[in-house]
Amino acid sequence: MNEPVDVLIIGAGASGAAVAWSLAETRMRILCLEQGGWVQSTDYPSNGRDWESRQMTDFHYNPNIRRRPADYPINEDASPIKVANFNGVGGGTILYAGHFPRLHPSDFRVRTLDGVADDWPIGYSTLESYYAENDRMMGVASLAGDPAYPPKPSVMPPIPLGKTGQVLGRALNGLGWHWWPSDSAITTRDYEGRAKCINLGHCIAGCAQGAKASTDITYWPEALRARVELRTGCRVREVSVNAEGMASGVTYYDSDGIERFQPAEVVILACNGIGTPRILLNSKSALFPDGLANSSGLVGKNLMFHPYATVQAYFDEELDGYRGPHIAIWSQQFYETDSSRGFLRGYTFQCNRGTGPVMNAIGGMRTGRIPWGEGHHAACRRLFDRMSSTAVICEDLPEECNRVTLDPVLTDSSGIPAPRIEYRIGENTQRMAEHAVARATEMYVAAGAYDVHAEFPMRYAGWHLMGTARMGRDPARSVVNEWGRSHDVKNLFIVDGSVFVTSGGVNPTSTIQAIALYVADNIKNRLSNLFD
Amino acid sequence: MTQAPHTPAEPLRHEEQQLLRAVAGSMIPASPGLGLPGADEPAIFAGILAIAGRDPVAVREPLRLLQELSGGAFAALDAARQAAVAAEFRVRYPDPFLFLVNLTARCYYQDDRVMRSLGMETRPPFPLGFEVEQGDWTLLDPVRARGPIFRDAP
Repeated sequence: MNEPVDVLIIGAGASGAAVAWSLAETRMRILCLEQGGWVQSTDYPSNGRDWESRQMTDFHYNPNIRRRPADYPINEDASPIKVANFNGVGGGTILYAGHFPRLHPSDFRVRTLDGVADDWPIGYSTLESYYAENDRMMGVASLAGDPAYPPKPSVMPPIPLGKTGQVLGRALNGLGWHWWPSDSAITTRDYEGRAKCINLGHCIAGCAQGAKASTDITYWPEALRARVELRTGCRVREVSVNAEGMASGVTYYDSDGIERFQPAEVVILACNGIGTPRILLNSKSALFPDGLANSSGLVGKNLMFHPYATVQAYFDEELDGYRGPHIAIWSQQFYETDSSRGFLRGYTFQCNRGTGPVMNAIGGMRTGRIPWGEGHHAACRRLFDRMSSTAVICEDLPEECNRVTLDPVLTDSSGIPAPRIEYRIGENTQRMAEHAVARATEMYVAAGAYDVHAEFPMRYAGWHLMGTARMGRDPARSVVNEWGRSHDVKNLFIVDGSVFVTSGGVNPTSTIQAIALYVADNIKNRLSNLFD
Repeated sequence: MTQAPHTPAEPLRHEEQQLLRAVAGSMIPASPGLGLPGADEPAIFAGILAIAGRDPVAVREPLRLLQELSGGAFAALDAARQAAVAAEFRVRYPDPFLFLVNLTARCYYQDDRVMRSLGMETRPPFPLGFEVEQGDWTLLDPVRARGPIFRDAP
């Protein structure tokens, strides 16, 4: 048996890094177990000529395709949307685009304002200071004054508009719609040892420059300096409980595949919306026969993905193409509820730049715009560097039928049951997506695009994994309380996207990390009576 | 789906390699006018074959389906007929179609000659990066002028 620790964190991604860094000041003995390893900046695809190609293999965001040794398989046959994640230090921040919006104040009061889903037990004001602290730690580029949000400080100047942002900005001005440069976890000036963005244009497969904020280069160096221990190659199988119903530690397989038990006074799950319920459901005992912390029966349920629509448009004029951060501007014109639209809640336009030559060819051939054989070269040239896409992030309402369970057959390479996803797109989301596609098409036509097409849902777009261990005050209707502690197990905390009550219509990483910092502060402030 | 134990797959046989080469050359033919090779050019096809060789099983099924649609002899069809079969292949079997497109395009479009012809520098993005213009920030003035659009909530 390993030497006991005070705090054991499972997962070294967006939230695990943040909670580890915040708790480090307590001088408790803190250990983080991560099933993956460190990614070296020299490993990222943009170092090589095959930078686009590797996004389809070892840097693919779907684990069933990527199949690195650290990955666990996911049975997603019953879901039209496939999971995107990364297992390693930095977690999903390794392969995200760095789009970094916050939730809106109204997102925390969905039931009160719109009569659907549930309110959060916390509000925007609860998280506001943690959002700001996280922006400083991650190094977020933004332009102050976005009218879609309450005032918020800017850490550094925004990413460039470029040709794409200007063309779309003019169109949106013509329509009278909101737009703003995207808040981006990408440094636009040298910052805390990180060099500024040099427009490599391939953020989503990892940033060789280190300008994109992944937690391996933001929180983790600070946490390690503060003596947090991070053990990589350690895959947790289950959380154990003692006779009093308290978490006693975890069983894991180390990098040599040897089973070990790690005792701990406090266990914090930070494996996000699929990994966290997987471990909880696999932690069955006489006291918790349905899985740990699951007296509500809600562990694994209410999975929210944010079904994405993508709208792609081709222009006669040359745009930014593969140069610059993929993200450029956002529009939240249709974010807040207007019931006359035929749906509740809303969505964000994440307006992107273009792609490199490989993806240009693949995208063009897939949609029939670039022919097989004769005419291939001419069509490729007509489209190259002249494309923009908009990803529509539709709010996904919680539904218990959308869920994570344990697959009865499929396992990872350690023999741990794999997660199984059952998911369907709700009617409200379907109507929202139709509205969004029509509006995005309108935007592109106004911008002068000669060819616009849309797809819904995007298949490999399950980047946002939320809701599967929701937060709330009622133990019968939630898994953790309003400060992240399990209702059932008083030394077990969850700090990742699982605790989201609703999803909002924005990328969740900023909020996930703000919640992790908020929960850490609650732990620090309640140390004397943490388990009461 | 299940995660099967990894057993080495049989490498692509010679006739499968020949078919794959015919597919690549048919999909992206040479362009004498542009001075471009086809995807079946030896150096480019060697890259395709190297990737295909990592997972021969995954390559076999799309090739089989394409052959089936071709009446068993895709390589023997003329270019127009090959394109017609490919169009049907795209509609009837989108994932296998995309597999062959991915395999071919990712090798073809990282070739120096092809990149140059597109006006690209023949280098990876890092460490030199690229220039992107800042743009005209006054474009945001009308957005500011319309004022807040968020709903406040206690």
